[in-house]
Order: sequence, then C-alpha cells, then structure tokens
Amino acid sequence: MVTTFTPIASLAGGLLIGLAAVLLMLALGRIAGITGVVSGLFFASDLADWSWRAAMVAGMVSAPALVFVLSGEMPQISVPVSGGALFIGGLIVGIGVVLGSGCTSGHGVCGLARLSPRSLAATLTFMAATAVTVYIVRHVIGG
Amino acid sequence: MRLLASYVIGVIFGLGIIVSGMVNPAKVINFFDFFGTWDPSLIFVMGGALAATLIGYRFVLARPEPLLATSFKLPTSQHIDARLIAGAAIFGVGWGIAGFCPGGAIPAIGTGRSDVFVFVAGLLIGIIATRLIIARLGAPNTARRAPSPNKN
Repeated sequence: MVTTFTPIASLAGGLLIGLAAVLLMLALGRIAGITGVVSGLFFASDLADWSWRAAMVAGMVSAPALVFVLSGEMPQISVPVSGGALFIGGLIVGIGVVLGSGCTSGHGVCGLARLSPRSLAATLTFMAATAVTVYIVRHVIGG
Repeated sequence: MRLLASYVIGVIFGLGIIVSGMVNPAKVINFFDFFGTWDPSLIFVMGGALAATLIGYRFVLARPEPLLATSFKLPTSQHIDARLIAGAAIFGVGWGIAGFCPGGAIPAIGTGRSDVFVFVAGLLIGIIATRLIIARLGAPNTARRAPSPNKN
C-alpha cells in the first residue's frame, strides 16, 4: 500500500512532538517517553505520580477529536496488517520497550536530544531491527 | 495546574503524531520498506522533533528547576548493556510487525478504531507482564519497584 511523501506535514508534526517534549521538561522536568508515561499508569508510586500521566494520556487520546473539529476529518489511519499481527506486534513491542527502557519518543527524540549514548545505541538498534523485520515480512514472507 | 499542563502537552503530542503521520501504520512501515513502497516522511518527523527538542532542552535544562515540579527527573545511566540492546531489538521487531509504537498508538485510541485497541491490548499486556516478571526475578513481592522504563 503506497503512502504519500509528506515532508512538510511530517516536519510540522515532528516540531509539535518536539514542542510537547520540551514543554513536559519545562513544566514537570520529565522525559516525554510514552513507554514510561503509560507504564507508570499501572505501576504508579502514588496518586500524584499517576494523575499527571493519566492527564497526558487523556490529552493524547483527545487529539483525533480535535483534528476532526478543526478539519472535518478523522486522522488517516491505514492498517496494512491483520488483527493477529497487531496483537502479537503489540505484545512484542510491550516486552521490548520495557527491556529497552524506552521507545521512539523516549530514546529517539528525548534521549538523542540529550546526546545520550544509551539512547543512540537503542535508537540505531530498533531502527535496524524494524527495517529488517519489515523486509522479512514484506519481501521474504510476502505478508 | 500540573494536570492541565499535562493534558495540554498530551494534546500537542497527539496532534504532532497525527499531523506527522506517525499515527498511520501504513506510513510508518513504508518508511522502513526501502525495497518496496518507500515513504521517507519519517525522516522529517525525527528531524523536526530532534531539532525542536535539542534546542528547547538547552534552554530548559539550564534552569535550576522545572516550573511545576521540584526537580528534573532525568535518567542517569550511561551504561549500554545487553538488556538495552536486546530490548531495543525486540521493540523494533514488534514495531515492524504492527506499524504502531506506543507514542503512535495512544493518540490513535481516540479514533475509536478497534484495530488500535487490539494493538494497545497486546502492548499493555506485554508491558505489564514484562515489568512483573522482571520484578519477580529481581526480588519477590516487589512488583511496584520494577525498573522504570525511563532508565535510559
């Protein structure tokens, strides 16, 4: 399934993601690593620790509705894989982001912005792993 | 105030995910499909996000403390270990299979699509089970003190 190359929109979206990360650091002094934010919802140390995470997740989940109000359309989402792949993929992502202490936002954006060697190693690794996986799924297995 | 700020920051993050296309698994997988339907857009997402954060962090981290909290909660470990690399590799495999990562999927929940819920269900089970298992292996009865994923 072909998707359109969207350099301007992608750059603009990236700037917004970065803005959110900077604002979270400014306001709460925290890394905008979604793995940590979400994981902390289930392992929070106290109500204060839980509530800022819940508020941020609530904000994230509100974004499609805001886009709908502003543009009249829901965000474009095309899922080119089966339900089984989504579930298994989700499971594997969940295992990996806990073991790896972060994901694209935590390591790829925030960690790299801090010039963290751990995040550089993690980001290069998961980018490579994703590329290899996509190649195998698309061109070897042919899914 | 903290809650309002967190909510607004979540909205901005979610908007960024949507506008950038990270919310769209087809677009994400295509970024990695160099030999197929390659869509380079993700480079611009990372570029934009990194540029903003690199510059923004310089200013913010020069402050003595955050606006609404007493201190910066920054990961301190610099050690690159097998667990980090293995975890990142595993994450990459899952991301390549599903086309969703945590940051991409959470905003997508707001579309009400059932396929997003399927991914998120797997994601949450994976996260919770892994943290519980790690805690159990490390020290029984200390599930609450499982290592935080922000330990980068």
